[in-house]
Amino acid sequence: MTFRTFGPDEFLFLLSGLQWTVLLTIIALIGGGVTGFLIALARVSSLQWLRIAAGTYIQIIQGIPVLMILFLSYYGLGLAGLDLPPLFAAGASMTVYASGYLAEIWRGCIQSVPKQQWEASESLAMTRAQQYRYVVLPQALRISLPSTVGFAVQVVKNTSIASIIGFVELARAGQLINNATFQPFRVFVAVAALYFVVCYPLSQLSRWLERRLHVGSHR
Amino acid sequence: MSEVIVENVHKSFGTVEVLKGVSLKVKKGEVFALIGRSGSGKSTLLRCMNGLEKVNSGHIEIAGHAMSRDPAQLRKLRTDVGIVFQSYNLFPHLSVGENIMLAPRIVRNVAKSEARNTAKEVLKLVGLSEKFDAYPDELSGGQQQRVAIARSLAMQPKVMLFDEVTSALDPELTEEVLSVMEQLARDGMTMILVTHEMGFAKRVATRTIFMHQGTIWEEGASREMFANPRTPEMRQFVKSDVK
Repeated sequence: MTFRTFGPDEFLFLLSGLQWTVLLTIIALIGGGVTGFLIALARVSSLQWLRIAAGTYIQIIQGIPVLMILFLSYYGLGLAGLDLPPLFAAGASMTVYASGYLAEIWRGCIQSVPKQQWEASESLAMTRAQQYRYVVLPQALRISLPSTVGFAVQVVKNTSIASIIGFVELARAGQLINNATFQPFRVFVAVAALYFVVCYPLSQLSRWLERRLHVGSHR
Repeated sequence: MSEVIVENVHKSFGTVEVLKGVSLKVKKGEVFALIGRSGSGKSTLLRCMNGLEKVNSGHIEIAGHAMSRDPAQLRKLRTDVGIVFQSYNLFPHLSVGENIMLAPRIVRNVAKSEARNTAKEVLKLVGLSEKFDAYPDELSGGQQQRVAIARSLAMQPKVMLFDEVTSALDPELTEEVLSVMEQLARDGMTMILVTHEMGFAKRVATRTIFMHQGTIWEEGASREMFANPRTPEMRQFVKSDVK
């Protein structure tokens, strides 16, 4: 019995896995971003029931492992008669996971805009929607950038969980190559390096944003 | 005709009653100074007048609008009532010009060119024409406060409220803000100001109200009141202010 060795072809296979990791991350951030934004707004709503509903959602998502969200959407919905392709199940569960965390990060950012900004804009006869649109959200966005980019790094790494349901992203691609080459050290060093290449610039961007956009500055 | 009518207003925070039945009337073009110790209820009274605090009972009518909890009704009132705060509260992400044009554009639906002209006019009025494109964090406290006044004026309010607008400023910067307010008063703006500047109240305010423990303790023409306080509390307060 002969094994393949870890060569250029195998590396290309890892790169194709990396594409799916990046795609899954983008799906999670867009889907989770839109959902999370709405939940963050619900969390600071003036309607109590809406605040409680959003808070409960956040607590549940943050209180269970991503893996369980993934199993529930893959097997659970499968049992319900919906046969989901792995990309769909993985994308949906990463979206749910990201929404729970982004909602909480952004709630904090919205609430860190000083109360006086609300009072000043309210006194200028703005509606609540106008206060959000023109005064509060632009400031909250600035505040949120470093932590949002920091969270994106977590999402990139957590997409590896999707390998469990057979979705061939970077981690799963590494496993497959390892099964064929039996050179775990080489293979997983390469896999780890590829994750690092994606995450490191993001971490640096987050730090740079944090230094640059201190609260209350217009720049 | 009265521009501001406050009738028997009561306001509590929890179990603490901070306004215990306050009534006053301000005529068009009058300047009212609200003075008194911290905790006497003067700032709360001012904030009730534009609905930032909700009264527990009583009636407020200002610039022809009855105070209401209905948001649309309240916004109508607020388009005619400007307020300036102690901490300026400019929008830090917008330039001076944008700070001033924002509300006229989106609330009054004024055309952009017209909003721009108004912004330039009010900036000139507060002596900051050259700061149109500056950002708030590039300005001194006194300049920021004058921009805040300009921002309120751009809405063309009928009544202006000032809540301790010079308390965060050193004497020199205080002077530049007070002179802008004095100019406004001369131009006939109806103004109510909560202030610790006794000299300014005496000189510029037509009437002064001394608040004590949530009630109007003494009220009268400013000069007369500062010269001859009737109540021992007012006498004590005016005396302690002499520096």
